Amino acid sequence: MSDLTHLTISEARAKLRGKEISAAEITEAYLSAIDRANPVLNAYVTVTADKARDMAKSSDAKLAKGEGGALEGIPLGIKDLFATEGIHTQACSHVLDGFKPRYESTVTSNLWADGAVMLGKLNMDEFAMGSSNETSYYGPVINPWRRSRLDTVVMPTTHQGDGGFVSAGGTKTARTLDNAQLVPGGSSGGSASSVAAFLCAGATATDTGGSIRQPAAFTGTVGIKPTYGRCSRWGIVAFASSLDQAGPIARDVRDAAILLKSMASVDPKDTTSVDRPVPDYEAAIGKPIKGMKVGIPKEYRVDGMPEDIEALWQKGIAWLKDAGAEIVDISLPHTKYALPAYYIVAPAEASSNLARYDGVRYGLRVPGKDIIDMYEKTRAAGFGREVKRRIMIGTYVLSAGYYDAYYLQAQKVRNLIKRDFENVFAAGVDVILTPATPSAAFGVADEDMASDPVKMYLNDIFTVTVNMAGLPGIAVPAGLDGKGLPLGLQLIGRPFDEETLFQTAHVIEQAAGKFQPEKWW
Amino acid sequence: MSVDLQTVKRVARLARIAVSEEDAQRMTGELNAILGFVEQLNEVDVKGVEPMTSVTPMEMKKRRDGVTDGNKAADIVANAPATEENFFLVPKVVE
Repeated sequence: MSDLTHLTISEARAKLRGKEISAAEITEAYLSAIDRANPVLNAYVTVTADKARDMAKSSDAKLAKGEGGALEGIPLGIKDLFATEGIHTQACSHVLDGFKPRYESTVTSNLWADGAVMLGKLNMDEFAMGSSNETSYYGPVINPWRRSRLDTVVMPTTHQGDGGFVSAGGTKTARTLDNAQLVPGGSSGGSASSVAAFLCAGATATDTGGSIRQPAAFTGTVGIKPTYGRCSRWGIVAFASSLDQAGPIARDVRDAAILLKSMASVDPKDTTSVDRPVPDYEAAIGKPIKGMKVGIPKEYRVDGMPEDIEALWQKGIAWLKDAGAEIVDISLPHTKYALPAYYIVAPAEASSNLARYDGVRYGLRVPGKDIIDMYEKTRAAGFGREVKRRIMIGTYVLSAGYYDAYYLQAQKVRNLIKRDFENVFAAGVDVILTPATPSAAFGVADEDMASDPVKMYLNDIFTVTVNMAGLPGIAVPAGLDGKGLPLGLQLIGRPFDEETLFQTAHVIEQAAGKFQPEKWW
Repeated sequence: MSVDLQTVKRVARLARIAVSEEDAQRMTGELNAILGFVEQLNEVDVKGVEPMTSVTPMEMKKRRDGVTDGNKAADIVANAPATEENFFLVPKVVE
């Protein structure tokens, strides 16, 4: 039997409906893959094996009657940020110690209603604050990708029989994997790592400044952050409410489209959920892009960007041009201010959202001599360093006397960033092509990043503009760098035009091919 | 703008996070690195620009003011560290 974990969602869907495989079989295949890999990759913080088997059983019953939903029997991993009834939901923070919600998030409810099977909860940066998945209370997630080195190997003279292989000496090149462990990106590092390492067919993720797209780019997977308001935020642990959006990480563009269709909905429980029907995203895949206007923003060419990334961007431009798109140079003049504005707006909202973790209603409580002492001790013990740093920044910029200088100024700049995009779209641009990240995956415990928080923040330089403007953005793998690590391109679209993103990303995928890590774990 | 040790301790108090002297020292440096980074926003001309209040133009959804849910006291306190008869228990706040 071929490895069921290597089927894409669309392939598995066809085989499940055709009764070539059962939901129970594919679920078992994933559970045993997780058993073997998780001690090394640390992608799951909880595996819900019993629940997965029960859900698979009921999927098989439905499939037998021909009543399967859109995702019937497809095993998925769920980021620990989504509330799952009766199951570990801690945003990978110690402060939510032992929290098991009595309710289910809208996004996961939608997935289960469509027949998906839950494998478990995925590791992430604490409260989704991080770009390397190293701020998790449960330890870092490891990227299944490793750097490799091209060696020139001298070939002995050999003759082989049946295979017809004859080597008359000479040299060939071979890749040797390096042992250094790399980060999968963050904050949805568990989602990206588990999808890339075949530990789930697809995963839910969330993106506040790049947390879906950056890890997708670091792991050779596809990740889409939809338009703000497309997926309900109800039941998702809040980080920065005006920026947070849920979306999928998947192995290819079609799978991402299938997952987003199920995750997205109009939800009366989220007042920012937009009242507009969810289109059939999959139908956009394969449509020609002839005549489409693709904008190339000059501000995304930054100092110190590796040549590999610039080269890949040029390749992406050539692929879209070959497919009949019209390439136009554009300017988004306020791009460089998006990241500093984000580091005011996001911590400000976080300091307010995270005020609820006080040791009273759920999670950790550290006793104190009075109630204030209890709050202070609980929060000191419960939050990690990065989370405390952001709460402190947020509290400072919102404090009396500083509000206008920081928060109000940042919200004005945010309007200018949004206006940049509006101008470009009004001029007829359909989609914008940029690199997804300024580098490939870096090492676990990178000293440069650890010593300067701003260095880590710069990871989101190309993705954060999209959150600030509430637009949809997709990261699609486009090639490997000189060290054999995946690199991604990003496409940015008009509000609620995810279809154009899937359509265009598919053209890139067709040209670039798909990428999977060499198995070492 | 930059923060000094005293300001960091005051902000920690506002944020209800206990910090040791050593934490406060470290945070002062980190916070100043971030505040230094965001300082470049001052060079942007924002004359006549309104601050953003909603990222997508939308009207706030309203629903009828009615009871749609309830009788879940046990669920609500289920995750609390200390409860008694569906009340949250906290250290004494009134002498």
